Amino acid sequence: MSSATPTIEKPPYRVVGTRPIRPDGVDKVTGRAIFGADVRLSGLLHGRVLRSPHAHARIKSIDTRAAEALPGVKAVVTGHDFPDPQNKVAASGEGTVNLRSLAHNCIARDKVLYFGHAVAAVAATTPNIAEEALKLITVEYELLPHVLDVREAMRPDAPLLHDDLRTNEMGQRAETPSNIANHTRHERGDVNQAFAEAAVVVEREFRTSMVHQGYIEPQNGTALWNADGQISVWCSTQAPFDERNQLAEILGMPVSKIKVTPTEIGGGFGGKLSVFLEPLAAMLSKKAGHRPVKMAMNRAEVLAATAPTSGSYIRVKIGADKNGCIVAAQAWMVYEAGAFPGSPVDAGAGVIFAPYRIPNVLIDAYDVVVNKPRAGAYRAPGATNAAFASESVIDELAEKLGIDPLEFRILNGAKEGDRRADGPVYKRIGFIETAQAAKAHPHYSAPLAPSRLDPEGKNPAIKRGRGVAAGFWFNWGGKSSAWASLNPDGTVSLIEGSPDIGGSRASIAMQLAESLGVRAEDVKPAVVDTDSVGYNDATGGSRVTFGTGWVAWRLGEKLKQQLKARAALLWEVTPDQVKAEAGVFSCNGRSITLKELAGKLDETGGPIVASDTFESDEYGPGFGVHIVDLEVDTETGKVQILRYTAAQDVGTAIHPAYVEGQLQGGVAQGIGWALNEEFVYDAQGHLLNASFLDYRIPTALDLPMIDTVLVEVPNPGHPYGVRGVGETPIVPPAGAVANAIYHAIGARMTALPMSPARILEAQGKA
Amino acid sequence: MNKIPVQACINGEAVVFLCEPNQTLLEVLREELGLTGTKEGCSNGNCGACNVILDGALVNSCLVLAVEAEGKSITTIEGIAGPNGLHPIQQKFLEHAALQCGICTPGFIVAAKALLDHNPQPTEEEARRWLAGNLCRCTGYDKIIRAVLDAAETLRNT
Amino acid sequence: MARVWIPALLRGMTGGQSEIEVAGETVGALIDQLEARYPGIRERLVEAGRLRPNIAVVVDGTRSRQGLRQPVSEQSEVHFVPAISGG
Repeated sequence: MSSATPTIEKPPYRVVGTRPIRPDGVDKVTGRAIFGADVRLSGLLHGRVLRSPHAHARIKSIDTRAAEALPGVKAVVTGHDFPDPQNKVAASGEGTVNLRSLAHNCIARDKVLYFGHAVAAVAATTPNIAEEALKLITVEYELLPHVLDVREAMRPDAPLLHDDLRTNEMGQRAETPSNIANHTRHERGDVNQAFAEAAVVVEREFRTSMVHQGYIEPQNGTALWNADGQISVWCSTQAPFDERNQLAEILGMPVSKIKVTPTEIGGGFGGKLSVFLEPLAAMLSKKAGHRPVKMAMNRAEVLAATAPTSGSYIRVKIGADKNGCIVAAQAWMVYEAGAFPGSPVDAGAGVIFAPYRIPNVLIDAYDVVVNKPRAGAYRAPGATNAAFASESVIDELAEKLGIDPLEFRILNGAKEGDRRADGPVYKRIGFIETAQAAKAHPHYSAPLAPSRLDPEGKNPAIKRGRGVAAGFWFNWGGKSSAWASLNPDGTVSLIEGSPDIGGSRASIAMQLAESLGVRAEDVKPAVVDTDSVGYNDATGGSRVTFGTGWVAWRLGEKLKQQLKARAALLWEVTPDQVKAEAGVFSCNGRSITLKELAGKLDETGGPIVASDTFESDEYGPGFGVHIVDLEVDTETGKVQILRYTAAQDVGTAIHPAYVEGQLQGGVAQGIGWALNEEFVYDAQGHLLNASFLDYRIPTALDLPMIDTVLVEVPNPGHPYGVRGVGETPIVPPAGAVANAIYHAIGARMTALPMSPARILEAQGKA
Repeated sequence: MNKIPVQACINGEAVVFLCEPNQTLLEVLREELGLTGTKEGCSNGNCGACNVILDGALVNSCLVLAVEAEGKSITTIEGIAGPNGLHPIQQKFLEHAALQCGICTPGFIVAAKALLDHNPQPTEEEARRWLAGNLCRCTGYDKIIRAVLDAAETLRNT
Repeated sequence: MARVWIPALLRGMTGGQSEIEVAGETVGALIDQLEARYPGIRERLVEAGRLRPNIAVVVDGTRSRQGLRQPVSEQSEVHFVPAISGG
């Protein structure tokens, strides 16, 4: 359960801060909600994808004739059925995507770059026939040397993935090709001098494995390329408008010919920001005589060939003076980009020292391609890797200085006016308040249960430890558009374009309800296709409740202004004389409820609608501080989480239950990343654990209840003080768990996952 | 191809369907019978999204061949709510905000129904153990477990 | 005069200077002034008349969407940072 620690008095909201049942709830608990794979169209064909069995190879030839001849097969496509887009960069999520890379990732042209890379696709009357047809396609490969490790890939003699890739350093391209796509540096002050003068310096290197978002719903897409050239796509996506742009580029069609309908989406966490199957389904539909084609991945395909997030190598060095003040911090970070440039290493570089006030900083960040799937965003992309490294070193520094680890973080914590490690100055942030809330939580002062002895009563077999860690995420505003119409019964239909991935219909509707003065249940939100609402950026970057919520607030205000004018008309006064309060309009002792006024729409001038589009830059970052108790079975190396508390600066919690849920879900993913999850490749670059049995995400049995502390430091840049909350909670867990393991067994863990084998190795038992 | 006729009772109604011998119950429920509330997350029994109750036993419908349903009684998510509205488990999932994206929710609700049919008063540990076959990536399970335990209490009191 | 923080990888062009005071009413005008003093620096920040797609400008602690058109004041502090993405 949560406790709230408001530090600024909140206005007396009527809707904000309550916990209504989500508008789409009944459909989701009865199985009626339509997810991507539930789309059914007449004449539907089923598509399947042939994938590369090699990590790196040249495609010499593809023979599809036998597959095309199989009864029931209606179309086969390969990379050469698609136009080759230019090296054009488009917005995707908060960042950018190279559309040529994206096109080549959806279906290979001349080379396959990773195990699972798509090389051909088939549409047939049944999924089984499509699957059979794949076996009839003959691909002749010329095997090429591959590289899986980022530091090996950086060597001058490493096999090159792309002959035309040259390292970019802030707008300057290197002369010769390389697997290093990008180098970024942040530098302030003089770290060398500061380290030389520091009382304590800790330096360590860390490795993390490629991990997957692990959404339960596989990627899917249904496309109809109609005879009139109109293309309709139904899919599970976080970003229908981005996908429309991507499809236009990959298919060589204007945006106006493409309509993307986002279905209900079964999780994304950054993994569903770009197209995979949709262009293949569209091209198959065209080749199959304009019949609709549905495609869905199986779990093995999801793991092998979507957009997991980067494994990494990170070296961190931090120094402090004898009073415990951090004087310098240095990081050298290399992230796997997978087969195409674009790892989240720059975000990692922005996050790694973000919670702290540090006068001397040097950060080098490298984006390096390897023969693995194209790395994508995963909830605070790049941040968990970075915080695992920095928070481990921070913990060690605090220990060496003899300072309580939370006290050390508070002592060095960033406040308004302090400079971020990468340069800019913070505005109003709540890191100190969050760390203090964690420190004040009963969990932090509760005695840790003692370690247990082995059956012979000699050695401690089960050792317990407590750890803490902090985390930061930038958040995002982004563009949102929506419209609303007032119904004659006083309810509001709200039309929005932000796919609802975790209850955002509720949090957006609540903000309109609050500003208009109606109940949450009186606002009926609908998420619609790209032709039916103005542009919306992705549901990602923790932006929707902030950005689309802001538009909803404005819609409420606009409807209210119009209603004031209607009341003014009835009372023969001017609109500015009419007051509106909690759904009641009044003037000079007369009053009318919103519901009554809505019933008089026709007699006062007809329908009332409002539309709006808006983007705010004042989203403000989020900070989290986590506490974990765990026990380590020293014989097996297994770690069990005993107790977990996550404190976070959440701005204003619009629907606290879903804010708590974001924290709990982020923690669970972070614990999985910390303890179990990793992509395991063999020496040939084949993914060995492409199932939920072998890529093991946490189950209900692996986790305790997850306590949350919602620290409400309202964001001054939002009408209700909203701050993004979704991403920050995945940042601290790996560091917190590593620190707790250290306090249990006395060994610093420097690689993720901290699997039983690694725990045994750390104890010298492997 | 030879299709096989199968008679079963699905959500209390007698149903006859034709299926191929290699089709799973999941595929037939979704593609032939239009019962798309049962979800596919992994197709190999690891995630529980396709849970249905087959003659009283909780099963992953992706691991059951459709022909095995012959003469059996099946409850899917579409059969959980009663004529008077939501089942208490469904209601508690809503009240506790025990779902975020909702893709695993049908499987969890069917699994929870099977749990409470077997054990009307589960401890937290028993609920976690029973539901360990159902993966949720959004919630961290906290609110799901609370919803199930709360639903158990409601059912005991009615 | 606005204060522009020179990205670490461009300080080779400014003789190692990390902060430079520049006159101008927009980010674009600041870059023009920098270009006059340090020829070649514009090309590192600007491509086809816009900020390079992987670069964001932060003015007074807020990331701007207006790029070169972003107004700046006499007291402004300007940073060029990588454009980051979320999930």
